[in-house]
Amino acid sequence: MLEVEDLSVGFRVDSGWIRTVDDVSFTLGAKSSLGIVGESGSGKSVTALSILRLHAQRNTRMTGAIRFDGKDLLRLPERQLRQLRGRDIAMIFQDPMHSLNPVLTVGEQIGETLRIHRGLDARTAHSEAAELLDMVRIPDARSRVDDYPHQLSGGMRQRVMIAMAIACRPRLLIADEPTTALDVTVQAQILDLLRELREEIGMSVILISHDMGLVAEFVERVLVMYAGKLVEDAPARTIFEHPAHPYSEGLLRAIPSPDEDMHRLYAIPGRIPDPGREPPGCSFAPRCGLAQPACTTAAPSLKVFGPGHLIRCPVRLAAKEASP
Amino acid sequence: MTEVSALAASDDMRPRAVRGRILLRRLARHRSFRVGAGIVFVIVVLALAAPLISSGQPNAMALRNRFAPPSAEFWFGADNFGRDIFTRVLYGARNSLWIGFASATLAAVGGALVGLASAWFRTLDGIIMRIMDALLAFPAILLAIGINAALGPQVSSVIIALASAYVPRIARVVRATALVVRELDYVDAARVSGAGAGRIIFRHILPNSLAPLLVSVTFVFAYAILAEAALSFLGIGPPPPHPSWGNIIAEGRDYSVEAWWIMLFPGLAISLAALGMNLLGDGLRDVLDPRLKIEA
Repeated sequence: MLEVEDLSVGFRVDSGWIRTVDDVSFTLGAKSSLGIVGESGSGKSVTALSILRLHAQRNTRMTGAIRFDGKDLLRLPERQLRQLRGRDIAMIFQDPMHSLNPVLTVGEQIGETLRIHRGLDARTAHSEAAELLDMVRIPDARSRVDDYPHQLSGGMRQRVMIAMAIACRPRLLIADEPTTALDVTVQAQILDLLRELREEIGMSVILISHDMGLVAEFVERVLVMYAGKLVEDAPARTIFEHPAHPYSEGLLRAIPSPDEDMHRLYAIPGRIPDPGREPPGCSFAPRCGLAQPACTTAAPSLKVFGPGHLIRCPVRLAAKEASP
Repeated sequence: MTEVSALAASDDMRPRAVRGRILLRRLARHRSFRVGAGIVFVIVVLALAAPLISSGQPNAMALRNRFAPPSAEFWFGADNFGRDIFTRVLYGARNSLWIGFASATLAAVGGALVGLASAWFRTLDGIIMRIMDALLAFPAILLAIGINAALGPQVSSVIIALASAYVPRIARVVRATALVVRELDYVDAARVSGAGAGRIIFRHILPNSLAPLLVSVTFVFAYAILAEAALSFLGIGPPPPHPSWGNIIAEGRDYSVEAWWIMLFPGLAISLAALGMNLLGDGLRDVLDPRLKIEA
């Protein structure tokens, strides 16, 4: 259903162009789920925004192809793309506090999608909006539908965002850190809700997060991104139990676990390089415990590590070949 | 105390009404808004009720009353044709307020459209704003004189002239706010829903840019009343004999020494109206300031 092929995204800066996403490829079938993981600045959100072409056009250069049902979204005329947005592909954002228009009631905002794509009149849209609120488990939906965003809590607002997103029963939902801005207890509720809706509507989901644990339990396949590049692509189970790339390993180790001695939280040393100032060779080499001299000179490519499992790390690949 | 009970009581009301009530209550508490709104209200009522307050006609001449000084009969005195200045100031308020209101409204509509276009179509922004800068470089009154001279002496041309003179100011304000709003998440959310440019601009960006627009409109209203007087003083205002505050002053110019009352009273009316609008605008600005969140 969705095929992303060699997607690169560059943004204009004073001194030229910097690449924030570099040759990312993946596919996603109908009714399946995919997680994109990485720390801030790894390019995961940029990848997601590219699918709906939400970047400011003047300052962005995108190459490669993003095919949805065979149509290349990067080359689709704006008008046709607009018909896909909200109807076939929907998105929820990280910060529910700012993703709702303060001067419109939540019912009006949910109804907007319905009115755009299904041409409903205000009254029908309003009652369908109430049903949608009910579907996302907002208690007393009939009266909540006339509330303004500021009258709702963060968790409620995120439910409203989800209601907006699923209004037209899209086939693909992109959730960009949907729970990052919420309390831990609310996070679990929102994820449960997303899981149920996914089954109910039968949509594919792309979940973007920096939280390995959250992604691993929600999706079937995980992409790990670092400095704009894919470094590992594997089934969720594999990556959680046997991560192959040292960066994925680090991300997993950074999840505090109750079994371990918890005197000190683990953190990957150093920080992600600025876009445009990546070191030669492997971008992760300066922070990597396994780095060899060769890592700092030749840029590694993505290679098959196991069945359905790709990694960008020659050291690990060599180690595997040495002891099969 | 009252805050808490009022909020509790408002729980079952429609939220739009709640929001409106909160705003109104804040305005009612704002001292300069109260004074300003009071002044404007009184002037508007006097203008509307002019026939009830004064039995005379604004253009009725009575030569034996020429230059009658203020007295019990002629509160504000009479002019060179013996016309009652009080009556003329009352009726003049109608013209002056209408010109102020109409040109402020037109300027608001025009300025909002220009500002929104500039903020949305980034490629046009440079061109549009340079044109606006060029217009701003002229003093508004000079611009109005030019436009008015081209259109001829009518009330409508005064309105058009003043409105065009103030469009750039409003456009700048709207553009600045709209540029901020367009980058907010809910605008992206609207794009994700498949909304087109028109819907995003008029349903999401404009309503969220309204507060600063409203505030500048009140100031433009005040400027326009002053500018109308200035245009009249220069002889290119609304044509006589229909009174406006500006042309009453203009007609009294030649007798300013002997009959000071002809110019004094409409002048006071202008100052008072401008003061009232400014106070009202100050109050609106304070209450609508986006930094002060409207909590429910």
